[in-house]
Amino acid sequence: MKRKDSPLAFLGRIEGLPVVGVLLLLYVVFAITAPRVFSRPLIYMSFLQTVPPSLVLGLGLTLIITAGEIDLSFPAIVALSGFFFSWAFKNLDTPLAPWIGVVLAFAAGAVVGYVNGLLVAKIRVPSIMATLATQFFWYGITILIASGLQQNIKEVEETAVHTLLTGRIPIPTILTKILFGDVVFEIPAQALWGLGLAVFIWFILNRHTFGEAIMFIGDNPNVARVMGINVEMTKIKLFTLMGIIAAFAGLLLTVEINVFFPTQGEGYMLNTMAAVFIGGTLISGGQGSIVGTLFGSYIIGSLQAGVVATGITSYWVQSVMGFIMAAAVALNVMIGEGQIGKLAARIRHWTVPGRAYGDRKEDHAP
Amino acid sequence: MVEASVQPYAGRLANIEKYFGPVCALKNINLKIGRNEIVGLIGDNGAGKSTLIKIITGVFPPTSGELYVAGRRVDFKKYSVKQAHAYGIETVYQDRSLGEKQVLWRNFFIGRQITLPFGFINVKKEKEIANEIMLNTIGFRGKGITVDSKVSVLSGGERQGVAIGRAMHFQAELIILDEPTTALSLKEVRKVLNFVHKIKEGGKACIYISHDIQDVYEISDRFVILDRGEIVASIVKEDISLKALDEFLLEYAHGMKDKEVS
Repeated sequence: MKRKDSPLAFLGRIEGLPVVGVLLLLYVVFAITAPRVFSRPLIYMSFLQTVPPSLVLGLGLTLIITAGEIDLSFPAIVALSGFFFSWAFKNLDTPLAPWIGVVLAFAAGAVVGYVNGLLVAKIRVPSIMATLATQFFWYGITILIASGLQQNIKEVEETAVHTLLTGRIPIPTILTKILFGDVVFEIPAQALWGLGLAVFIWFILNRHTFGEAIMFIGDNPNVARVMGINVEMTKIKLFTLMGIIAAFAGLLLTVEINVFFPTQGEGYMLNTMAAVFIGGTLISGGQGSIVGTLFGSYIIGSLQAGVVATGITSYWVQSVMGFIMAAAVALNVMIGEGQIGKLAARIRHWTVPGRAYGDRKEDHAP
Repeated sequence: MVEASVQPYAGRLANIEKYFGPVCALKNINLKIGRNEIVGLIGDNGAGKSTLIKIITGVFPPTSGELYVAGRRVDFKKYSVKQAHAYGIETVYQDRSLGEKQVLWRNFFIGRQITLPFGFINVKKEKEIANEIMLNTIGFRGKGITVDSKVSVLSGGERQGVAIGRAMHFQAELIILDEPTTALSLKEVRKVLNFVHKIKEGGKACIYISHDIQDVYEISDRFVILDRGEIVASIVKEDISLKALDEFLLEYAHGMKDKEVS
């Protein structure tokens, strides 16, 4: 009664498996080509420190792309939310200043996201155009209200907000001794935030009615509509959520580096998108992989450092990065589309005499 | 729905009119659909079939007129697709019924999921029921299709089967099939017609829209012919043979032509 799958077909069903494979392969290659760097824990600690803002953005963007939309405005939200946090922290004379800053940052992100949602869902501006425009607009506003200046917020290190968002969590010394010898290894709190958010967003996308609405809208908005999904409202909520998530990424970044600068976030646009697509989320919408984005973000985040550490001339770095990205996506498509599974099924059918591939007699019954 | 069972009609339309700006799409539509009746709705492109369906299913309201579903008058101010579902009206479209990249169990419950607290989906329960529908209502046995299969691997006829099975599971009183066989091979059309027979056997009502007179004739108890926004004929199957129906429709089309010529 059940379809007899080929022995390898289950590979295609494990979410994000190809991208996990690519990440591991990448680390193996780096460990061979740059053993001095990749055999020590320091490099991994630095990845756990630098990747999370991009990962957090990628998780939000995965939802957006799954819904068949795009958001180009999130780098500006990273800047705007960073500004509100650092402004509140510097200018408010209360011990609660950093917390007010956090609230303001989230509020700013929510407002920008909500406006995006209105533009896309109500006025029906294509999201690529709407968010491209708001990206310019909010960067402009950020530079304007920040007077184009960066703000140093070194004192933030003394606050509970800093500890909560980007503190270092020591691993029991016994464990680190066994694993790494005498090196101190601490987990940056933002890595746990990123992981925690990934788990949360996974449940939202795969186990919540909101996530199911997102998938059906991305798949075919007409189907979603006739099945009773409020397409417009879902999109508005989705873009608002993206704004809040981008603000969180902005907070993680600003608090980690102890400084706000008006163009922060600019480098995240293409890297974040690359991470989402490497992870196997369909550009055509309808299907998104949170696990893929999680590992895809670490692939993108590790690439540059890894390629540089191998010692190849810097002229090569970008080309090698591009090659690895293309290979990762190609692998994903092959496994995701079940081509490896199909191949295995063919081989099985060739070896079993008397049956051709795709011959299902039961098909002819009504 | 208890009081509904004594109602003679699954649906009744009274004096429905619909204008799009100055353009009249539907004029003076009066139509009753019996509780276990299959009504074949026939009409040329632009006759107003889709407009009529969209009004019944809550996609948009009419300009004027009344709609009764299982004896209850529909308040068009509050009417929506969700509300139509709650009233027991289900629609199977040619190509808008299922999310292609989604797995079957999600497609069965989209829009009315079985939820746990905080809006999370009870996946286990949904899969159980979906499996039950597949085996018992639709009769998908031994086809290598499970509730975890994606719609994209199903044939066109199987997809319509899923949509019809879903409608029947949700206790639809009136199932509307909007050109469900367009773009299907003959074998697949046969499958769809078999599903429609199950609707009749299940004691439910159905409005069947198709261009294929032969299919409509086989399936329907009564034929309603729509032309330029008006119902021009309502013929019970016993009163007419397939050949006569075909000739009637041709004559009708020619009659229009002749008028234009003369």
